[in-house]
Amino acid sequence: MLDLRASAIAVSYIVAAVLFIFGLKQLSSPSTARAGNRLAAIGMALALAATLLDRQIVSFWTIAIGTLIGAAVGIYFGRTVQMTAMPQMVALFNGMGGATAALVSVAEFLRLSRIGEPIGVGEATSIVLGTAIGAISFTGSIIAFGKLQEILPGKPLQFPLQRLVNGLILVAVIALGAMVVRSGGTPVLWLLFAGALLLGAMFVLPIGGGDMPVVISILNSLTGLAAALTGFVLHNQMLVVAGVLVGASGTLLTLLMSTAMNRSVGNVLFGAFGAAGSGTAASASAVGHTVRQTTPEDTAIALAYARSVVIVPGYGLAVAEAQHTVRELATDLESRGVNVKYAIHPVAGRMPGHMNVLLAEANVPYDQLLEMDQVNGQFPQTDVVLVVGANDVVNPAARDDPSSPIYGMPILDVDRARNIIVLKRSMGHGFAGIDNALFYHEKTRMLFGDARQSLTQVGQALKTA
Amino acid sequence: MSQELVLGIYVFIMAIFVGFEVISRVPSVLHTPLMSGTNAIHGIVVLGAFLVAGSADSPLLHVLGFVAVVFGAANVFGGFVVTDRMLEMFRKRETTAPEKKDA
Repeated sequence: MLDLRASAIAVSYIVAAVLFIFGLKQLSSPSTARAGNRLAAIGMALALAATLLDRQIVSFWTIAIGTLIGAAVGIYFGRTVQMTAMPQMVALFNGMGGATAALVSVAEFLRLSRIGEPIGVGEATSIVLGTAIGAISFTGSIIAFGKLQEILPGKPLQFPLQRLVNGLILVAVIALGAMVVRSGGTPVLWLLFAGALLLGAMFVLPIGGGDMPVVISILNSLTGLAAALTGFVLHNQMLVVAGVLVGASGTLLTLLMSTAMNRSVGNVLFGAFGAAGSGTAASASAVGHTVRQTTPEDTAIALAYARSVVIVPGYGLAVAEAQHTVRELATDLESRGVNVKYAIHPVAGRMPGHMNVLLAEANVPYDQLLEMDQVNGQFPQTDVVLVVGANDVVNPAARDDPSSPIYGMPILDVDRARNIIVLKRSMGHGFAGIDNALFYHEKTRMLFGDARQSLTQVGQALKTA
Repeated sequence: MSQELVLGIYVFIMAIFVGFEVISRVPSVLHTPLMSGTNAIHGIVVLGAFLVAGSADSPLLHVLGFVAVVFGAANVFGGFVVTDRMLEMFRKRETTAPEKKDA
């Protein structure tokens, strides 16, 4: 029979698990989502408070000081981070969770070895997997953070025999794990930890910036899995439930993102897509055609006298932090009676739903945001499409050119609209490193420059148009 | 296999089904908050860090526990705060949306 204290802890954990599930359930609608997040936070507070009752805890100092520091750092960054920097923020928090799971697994192993308690196969396996997956998630997330924050180059980093080297590290990590399970040994576990840290970094390095929506989702799911494994290590079912919920979410998002790119998860992870040299597939239609430039004034006139305008945001919008400017322009157009919508491609930006968050920050009502399937049928009746910093997701080669590396990827059919205006920094290639026939299309006009500056100029010109 | 392990595996499998069922209903508009919200939830491993830090009996375990608590706490607090900030923006739009339609 459990004593009172243990019962209180057990009941709190059950309630916390239920609150997590309810919280996630409420994320199914924007109107209840905020309450759902708070419900999950209450569950978390309850679970953490209950844990403090555990008799295993004899000293509270380390916990108190560590929590204070962690909370201060977390709350500071959580409050101040720019919405455009959300992907790297998520990557960073994800890495911290992975590190925590790995450290807890290692520490539990050390503790059990110290008190000389025999470690069962099931427990040892959980410890090994928790350590390895947590460590992979940690360094993988840190590399992803570096790429997104542009500390590291966004291009895939490759070197000769990379796959072989990574494969060997993977084999070594698995072998070390098997050794720990069979015969234990603290030094072996430390080696495993180090190997997994290296593996995490090596596996994300060759992946390009535009594949980050998939990578972040996978890392999210790995950390969830690591947390669930920690639940096995600590014999805590609530950790298992919470970890698996996160793992399921990350897995679903991974599948959604790779479907939206028409690529398998394996291809994203090991394809080194967007590496230098894949730019050979210049579409035949591009050859011999010239780019037609336009001015902010002409753009303003084209927009002002349109009946319907669809704005297609991409990563360039986030880089230029142009979400507020685009929203102001849209409001001005609406006050002139223009019907304005936004077309959101599932993999636009650097994480799932990236564009939605940016536009939400700029107060764009979400009934104006159309998903790919909703909007594609409307393009033939659209007078002007304004492409702001998107490239590959509007490349008609994905639809028309079987030789293109992105052939088969579902795209926004903007080339079916009556006029297309593309805001772009330069004629540089998109992430996939391939030419975009859309830019040479006879209906297309290019407005070069920083997206925010260009949009501001268009907005000013609109006042006199 | 111990009975506890078997039970854990049951819980693991059931949670997979619940997770997929619940998460597949989240619309793509909310995918970023979903990701950062679940991010905060996996910060629950910090309770493991509490146990390690609170029962540490060697300098090494103290250090491991402390680092784990700091990372885990940053994950939990930062994750929930940033998700709340994001979702607040989504909520605001609902009040502005009907006016826009009339215009």
